[in-house]
Amino acid sequence: MKDVVETPGEVRVNDFVIKIGNVNGTGSASANGLLMKAIFRMGVPVVGKNLFPSNIQGLPTWYEIRITRDSYFARSGTADFVVAMNAETYARDLAEVSPGGFLLYDSTWPRPDLHGRTDITAIGVPLARMCNEQFDNARTRVLMKNMAYVGAVAGLTGIDVEVIRGLVTEMFGTKAHLIDANMKAIELGLNYVREHYPDPLPLRVEAMDGTAGHILIDGNTAAALGCVYAGATFGAWYPITPSTSLMDGFKSFCEKFRVDKDTGEKKFCIIQAEDELASIGMAIGAGWNGARAFTPTSGPGISLMSEFIGFAYYGEVPVVLFDVQRAGPSTGLPTRTQQCDLTLAAYASHGDTKHILVFPANPKECFEMAVQSFDLAERFQTPVFFMTDLDIGMNDWMIPELTWDDSYQPDRGKVLGKDELEAIEKFYRYEDRDGDAIPYRTLPGVHPKGAYFTRGSGHNWKGGYTEDSDEYKEVLDRLTQKWKNAAAAVPAPVIIKCGKPARRAIVSVGGCDGAVREAMDRMAADGVHLDYLRVRGFPFSQEVDDFIAGYDEVFVVEQNRDAQLRTLLINETSADKTRLIPVLDYAGMAANPKFIVEGITAHLEIVGDAA
Amino acid sequence: MTSMPKPFIDKHLPKNKLGLSVRNYEGVMSTLCAGCGHDSVTAALVQAFWELDLAPESAAKVSGIGCSSKTTAYFMGQSHGINCVHGRMPSVATGANAVNGKLHYIGISGDGDSLSIGFGQFAHAIRRNLNMLYVLENNGVYGLTKGQFSASADYGSKSKKGVPNEQTPIDPCVQALTLGAGFVARAFSGDKSQLVPLIKAGLMHKGFALIDVISPCVTFNDHAGSTKSYAHTYKYYHPLVHTDFVAHAEEITGEYADDGAMRVTMHDGGELLLRKTDSDYDPRDRAQAIETLMLGGSDGEIRTGLLYLNEDMADMHAANRLPDAPLNTLPYDQLNPGAGALAALQKRYR
Repeated sequence: MKDVVETPGEVRVNDFVIKIGNVNGTGSASANGLLMKAIFRMGVPVVGKNLFPSNIQGLPTWYEIRITRDSYFARSGTADFVVAMNAETYARDLAEVSPGGFLLYDSTWPRPDLHGRTDITAIGVPLARMCNEQFDNARTRVLMKNMAYVGAVAGLTGIDVEVIRGLVTEMFGTKAHLIDANMKAIELGLNYVREHYPDPLPLRVEAMDGTAGHILIDGNTAAALGCVYAGATFGAWYPITPSTSLMDGFKSFCEKFRVDKDTGEKKFCIIQAEDELASIGMAIGAGWNGARAFTPTSGPGISLMSEFIGFAYYGEVPVVLFDVQRAGPSTGLPTRTQQCDLTLAAYASHGDTKHILVFPANPKECFEMAVQSFDLAERFQTPVFFMTDLDIGMNDWMIPELTWDDSYQPDRGKVLGKDELEAIEKFYRYEDRDGDAIPYRTLPGVHPKGAYFTRGSGHNWKGGYTEDSDEYKEVLDRLTQKWKNAAAAVPAPVIIKCGKPARRAIVSVGGCDGAVREAMDRMAADGVHLDYLRVRGFPFSQEVDDFIAGYDEVFVVEQNRDAQLRTLLINETSADKTRLIPVLDYAGMAANPKFIVEGITAHLEIVGDAA
Repeated sequence: MTSMPKPFIDKHLPKNKLGLSVRNYEGVMSTLCAGCGHDSVTAALVQAFWELDLAPESAAKVSGIGCSSKTTAYFMGQSHGINCVHGRMPSVATGANAVNGKLHYIGISGDGDSLSIGFGQFAHAIRRNLNMLYVLENNGVYGLTKGQFSASADYGSKSKKGVPNEQTPIDPCVQALTLGAGFVARAFSGDKSQLVPLIKAGLMHKGFALIDVISPCVTFNDHAGSTKSYAHTYKYYHPLVHTDFVAHAEEITGEYADDGAMRVTMHDGGELLLRKTDSDYDPRDRAQAIETLMLGGSDGEIRTGLLYLNEDMADMHAANRLPDAPLNTLPYDQLNPGAGALAALQKRYR
C-alpha cells in the first residue's frame, strides 16, 4: 500500500464510483446525500444506492455514488474510491476497491490492517482527531466526522465546495449555527487533504451539462405524488419496510396541498391500521364507497392481504396496492431489493384469481403509473398491483422533471348516478350491459334503486346469492374476459432495438432496466447484439407475444430465484418455454449489468454461439 | 339455491313519514333455521329503521362471515350491503365511513366473527371511535360449521353432545368498556321491546355503539346445560336500565319527564330516556359498568340494557379533521394541485 498519491494513472473524469462504508445511525445518510447532490448540482449525472441494514443503530451501512457522464442509471458493481469509516468492515471494504483505486480512512488510529494491498492507494485523514479537537459533545463529533469526509472527498476529486455550501445552507435554512458547524467540519477535511495531498486524484468530478431538466427523487415519493395527482383521498397502511416512505410522502404532500387553511379540514384520510389484514379492508371499504383508495405495503403484507384481495376481485371493488418488494421468503431481507412477488401478485388469493399489475422502472414511471393504476382500478373495478421495489422506492434516482397535463380527467369507470338510476327500470350489479365484461356499479346513499349486495360468496349477474353452476360460471367467465381486456389498457411495453440483425433478445421488468441497457451496450461492444423489451403491465399485451415470437431465444432478466417473470410469460403468452432463458439475480442488491453480461455470455458459450 | 325475494304486499300497513311501510325495510327471505334468534334481531332492525323514518338508502350494511353476517341480506334491500371476509367487517366499515360519514353504518357480526379472527379489528374500530352501530349476535357457538364452541361460550357451558367448555369466555361488553367505547349495550333477541329502542339509540349515537345481543342458536346451542339457550336466557335475563328513544320531533310528555328518567340528547338527533331498574346503577359510570359485568357473572345473571353511554367523545371523523362534505364527493379539481404546483414543488429535488 502506498500512503501518498503517486503518479496518477489514467485520469477518469465523471466516470467512477465512490463507496462509503459507515455505521448505521451516525448521520451518514445526510453526508452521503450531500455529496451526491453536490455532484448532481455540478451538472454531472449520478446514481445513488443506499445499502442499509435492518437495524436502527450500530450495524454496517454503505452508500454508493456512481458518477456517470454517460447517464447510465444502474450500479456499475465496482468501487473506485472507498471511504472506510467503519472499522468493523475495513477488511471487506479494502477488498472491494478496484485495482488502481483509492481508499480513504480515518488515520486518527493506526490501521496496519489496511496494508494488505499494494495495488491501491490509501489516503489517511485524521477525521476523528480533528473533529474531537474542534467540537465539544460526543454526538456532534460523530456527526461532524461524516461532514469532514465530505470535505476530504470533495477536495480529492474536485467537487465544488461552493456548491456544497449552497446545499448546506438550504439544508439548515435559518439555523446559522448549524450551517457554520457543518461547513467548519467540511473545511477540516478539505483543508487537510489540500495540505497533505495537493495533487488531484485521477478520479475527477468536473462540471458538465448533464443534469439540466432533471431531479433527484426516490420512487416512493414519486408514487405518493402520483396518488395525490390521481385524486386519491383515502390511504390505509401498516408500517413495513420498504414501503413506509410512500405513505409518509402522501401525508406530507396532502398536508401541503389538501388542508383548508381556514378550517384545518383535510381533504384526505390516512389511517394507520392495526395490521395489513385491516389496511386492505379499509382501502376496499373506501373503494366500494367511491373514493380512490390505496394501500402501500411489501411482500409480507400482500401475503396477509390475500384473502381480501380475492374478495375485491370477485366482488369487483377498485383498490390500488403498492407492493414495494423486498427480498423474501418470509421476513427475508427487509432492507434488500428483489422482484420476488410477481407470481404472488399476479394470482393473489385462493381460487381462480388473476390481477392487473403495472411495473414501473424508475421514479418517473412511479409517478405516472400511480395515476394510471387508479384509472385501471376504477375502469376495471378490480384490485391493481403497482409492483415496485426497494431499489426504485427508496433510492434517489436522477429522472427528467415530472410533468403534469392539466387536461387530465380521472377515469372513474362505470358508476351510475342518481339521475341515471332514476331513469332505468332496474339495476343489476353484474350485468354486462355493454358487452365489454365491465358491469355498472353504484355507490351507497345515492338512490334506493342502486342498492345491491356485495358478497364474496357465489353470486349471479343480478348480484344475488347463488349456488347454481351455470350462474356461477357465467360470472367467473366474464371476470376472465374482463381481465383479458385489460391487456390493451395497461402500460404498453417499451421495445428497444439494437439496430442490427438480432436472433436473440432480452425481456425484463422494472428496476432491471438500467442494468439491461448497460449490459446491451457492453455486449454490443463485443459483437453480441440483442433487442430488448421491457414489460410494463400484466396481463401481457399482444406486443409481448409478438416480440418473443420474433427471436430464436429470449433472455428473461429479473431479480428473483425462481424466474417468476418467465413463469408468467410461459403461463400467459404463447411463448415456447425452451426458448426463454432465465437470467437471474437474487442477491438483494440493486441490479448491475454484470450478472446480465455473465448470464448471457455463459449461455452463449454453452450453445457455442456468440452472435 | 338462489336468494328469494319476499312477496311484497303492504296496502294495509301503516306508513312512516317517508310514506314507507315496514315492508320497504325488509330484505330477501332469511335462510337461517326456523326460530333463530338472529331473525328476531333482523325484525328489530327493520322496525327501528322504519320508526326512525330513515330513508333505506341512507344506510350501509356491513358484515363478515357466519350466520349473523348473512343477515345483512335479510333486511333493508334498498340499502347497499357488503358481506366481506371473516372478522374483518370493521376495516371495511372504517374505510367506507372515512370517505362518506353521512350514511348510517350498521355492522352485523357474531361471536365467532368478532371475538376470534375479528377480535383485533373489533378492538381497533372501538379505539378509533368509528361512528357505527355494531350488532354482535351472540350465541356462543359456530353454527355454519355445526356446533363448535365460540370464544363467548361460558366456562362449563355444555355442547349439544354434553361436553363442557373448559376455556374462559370473552365478554364483548367488558372488552368494549375497557377499550373506551362510548355506547355499550346488551340485549336479548327474545325481547324486542328492549332491543328496538337500543338500536335506535345506537344509530343516533355519534361514535361506536355496541349492542351485544344474546341470540340463541336453536340448532346447536339451545339444549339443557347451555348458558346461551332461550330457556337459560329467559331465566337469568336481568334488565339494568330501561331505555326509551324519543325522536326529536316528538313532544316529550309529562309521563317521561316526571318519573326520574335520565334524559340524554343524542348528537345525531333524538333524545334518550334512561330509567334505572336497579337503584344504584349509573350508566355513565364506566368503572361501575365494568365492575357490574365482571362481578355479576358469578350469579349467572345476564345484565342487559344500555350499560354505558358517553356522548362526548370525538369520533373518527373529528379526530381526522375530515370535512363535512364526504371525501367521495369532492370534485377532482379540489384534489389535484395542478401542473404549476408540481413544477414549483420539484425545486426541492434539484
